[in-house]
Amino acid sequence: MSSHNHNHVHTVADDIKEKTFQDVSLCYQCGKCSAGCPVRYYMDIAPNKIVRLIQLGFYEEALKSETPWLCAGCMTCSTRCPQEFDLAKFMDAVRELALEKGVKVNKNHIVKFHESFLNQIKRFGRSWEIGLIAEYKLKTLDLMQDVDSAPDMLIKGKLEMIPHKVKDKKSVKNIFSRTAKK
Amino acid sequence: MKLGYFPGCSQTGTAKEYDISLRKVVEKLGASFDEIQDWTCCGATSAHVTNHLLANSLSMRNIALAEQQGLDDIVAPCAACYNRLVTSQHEIQTHPELKQEVELVLDKKLGKEIKVMNLIELFMKIGSEKITANRIKELKNLKVACYYGCLLVRPAAITHFDDAEQPSSMESLVELTGAKPVDWNYKVECCGAAHTLARRDIVLDLSKKILDDAKEHGANVMVVACPMCHSNLDMRQRAMKREYPEHKDFPVLYLTELLGLALGMDEKELGINKHTVEFKYNELPADKAAV
Repeated sequence: MSSHNHNHVHTVADDIKEKTFQDVSLCYQCGKCSAGCPVRYYMDIAPNKIVRLIQLGFYEEALKSETPWLCAGCMTCSTRCPQEFDLAKFMDAVRELALEKGVKVNKNHIVKFHESFLNQIKRFGRSWEIGLIAEYKLKTLDLMQDVDSAPDMLIKGKLEMIPHKVKDKKSVKNIFSRTAKK
Repeated sequence: MKLGYFPGCSQTGTAKEYDISLRKVVEKLGASFDEIQDWTCCGATSAHVTNHLLANSLSMRNIALAEQQGLDDIVAPCAACYNRLVTSQHEIQTHPELKQEVELVLDKKLGKEIKVMNLIELFMKIGSEKITANRIKELKNLKVACYYGCLLVRPAAITHFDDAEQPSSMESLVELTGAKPVDWNYKVECCGAAHTLARRDIVLDLSKKILDDAKEHGANVMVVACPMCHSNLDMRQRAMKREYPEHKDFPVLYLTELLGLALGMDEKELGINKHTVEFKYNELPADKAAV
């Protein structure tokens, strides 16, 4: 989807439109999304203001904010938006672009969680909790948290010692290699 | 009645009891599952928040397998899997350019849309008459807070399921067991979901608010239909007590476990003994039982 105008420089707003099929200019800044956001209290910048930053071309400020990473993807905002702008989907695209562009996000434990989760799927085709927890702990050195719940889960037989593996390894490998960021 | 089944990763691990109770209840009600062979993870939260093409490709691989297997509809008991499978199908059906990209990744032509049912839709399809006819025990001591969370009902334009702000379909099912659903405020509030490892503080805060509101409205048990919600609301209560010493244990059941109890199965058979917060119907404290 190239621009219609020859002088038009491809912007982050264009990237977002390509990934989400919706125009960021739809938002008229009523703020209903931020009012109902369950994690707004933890964010450095309100969700509607991330949209505003993109609208005005302050791309770096938007992409390096913690807000998109704290978004829990609950979609309360998307459900309530009077303009039917899917803000949760917009946040997905902002996160994806931040990774693509190598933007340093302040607190990156959440990024490390997602990396660890996806690495299990890449290896086995399915999630494996022990592998996920081990990899996440190694990446973050956050070793003490959850020491209380893990033994309980082991006793109750909820953690599999050996991962379930998908047989068609090639299709999983192809999915990851063909969708990998250049 | 034979239905396609996409268990999802949690059903084979942290939500084993959900899988156990679901299979038993479905069998008792005269239906059976045809599991999608060699299914992969749907990508869950981590894929769609970091790489939309990866997320859609992982989900659509499963849909393509279901089609290959001749399945017309699939049950996805995990609300997150349900949401991903429904959303990906909606995305590729409405955006041909994305469909093409996913087909290139999968080396496959993608066909028709396959109906994906969440847990509540499954029991609505099986029918209330079947549940009532097989009921052995009336769970009249239970006052239930039906918790939907986010991913069963949102976004309404894609899930087309119940009301996004004031859903009531789970309450209708719970009533069939003889239990009494309560009116409360947090049934579609977020529990913090996938932040459970990286931002446990957020999960404890949000999940505690949900449990507190259920208690304040007179519930003595919560019922859920999502493994991620269950682990945040049940398993995290141990950490919750350390963070908020005033917190008192509150049992959280899967909807399938509640139905199983009404159909005459016991707690152990249904896997309820795998929960962090204990629940035994016959040992409900008198002050917690409904009057």
